[in-house]
Amino acid sequence: MARIRYRYFPGCTLKTQAQIMEQTALASAEALGIQLEELPRWQCCGAVFPLYEDEAISLLSPVRTLAAAGGEPLVSLCAACHHVLKRAQEAVRRNKEVREKVTDFLQVDYGGEGRVLHFLELLRDDYGFSRLAAEVRRPLAGQKLAPYYGCLLLRPGGVMQFDDPENPETMEEFLAALGADPVSTAYRTECCGAYLSVTRSDVAASTAGRIVEAAAKAGAEALVAACPLCRYNLENSVGSGGPRLPVYYFTELLAEALGVAPGEEVKPG
Amino acid sequence: MIPSAEHRRFLQEMKAHTGQDPARCYQCAKCSASCPVTEAMDLLPHQVIRLLQLGFNEKVQASSTPWICATCFTCAARCPRDLDLARIMEGVRLSFLRRRGATRLDPGDIAPELLQKLPQQALVSAFRKHSR
Repeated sequence: MARIRYRYFPGCTLKTQAQIMEQTALASAEALGIQLEELPRWQCCGAVFPLYEDEAISLLSPVRTLAAAGGEPLVSLCAACHHVLKRAQEAVRRNKEVREKVTDFLQVDYGGEGRVLHFLELLRDDYGFSRLAAEVRRPLAGQKLAPYYGCLLLRPGGVMQFDDPENPETMEEFLAALGADPVSTAYRTECCGAYLSVTRSDVAASTAGRIVEAAAKAGAEALVAACPLCRYNLENSVGSGGPRLPVYYFTELLAEALGVAPGEEVKPG
Repeated sequence: MIPSAEHRRFLQEMKAHTGQDPARCYQCAKCSASCPVTEAMDLLPHQVIRLLQLGFNEKVQASSTPWICATCFTCAARCPRDLDLARIMEGVRLSFLRRRGATRLDPGDIAPELLQKLPQQALVSAFRKHSR
């Protein structure tokens, strides 16, 4: 079978604060034989999806990215980038007025084609978690890890189609494939506070604090995130007095289990 | 109270650009029960919808609630009337932000040490939601 090429959209934060997320994902993809090819001259996804659909300017950037993928599957690591790209695609498919306005302005021919995937979906649906489990060289045995999904991967469920928005299992299954011991808490789908860390850090501290506390109470030694802003809030916005837990990107754990984490060499199997 | 012409125009635009009609809400308050940030709001989400139904636009405009909403989409996921409250809150924010010179976030308001620490993603999101 011919190897599928995936076009890869990094997004702004993966080139700065979240470089480790990109490094570990790319090293893991290489070890697994998954071809992720970064889109040339990409630009920011816009960070938030415009909820008023006459805000056409905010759709220009994600639609330009979708069109640049040329119908090939488009993969993101950041949950927010994935959310914006997936919803922009849905808006283009559903709303003819939006589609015509945006594609006319961009001078591109795009009608909503191509798969838009989060890297976890690629691993689950295309690669397969059982195949992934067979590639694990250093199982994360005994590590009690609490998945944190947040909002943007899951909701709105009808558009994102990622997993059951109220009771997701993808990250638990992913961590189990790596040999870890996933710990689920009711707060794994609650908002971390998102960009309120800029305008109302007290509110973000409260939302993030509840998530960390729930994970600590359930016996987790760390939280697992799929978004740099979630990680930031969980790490930095925890109110004084509450418990603290380390937060890892799912890609860091993947690279560790595959034996390709930074500073490690791939040992011949 | 009879909604003003301005309010009726606002509701018409909301319907046109988001497909949302606050009149559909039957005040079960599931949105308010689900919202993770109500403790910082001066009006609960279902109260905002009620005021929009009744045409109390000024009370909604003066409320902190649309600016506390972090667009986590939990309310919309659970609404038994399939109302997307996140889109309605966006409408309220935009009705303020689309006024000339209106902004809720000035770069000078962010402490320099916080500016160094925040992920770009947080800054882009916050400015997109609080300014134009």
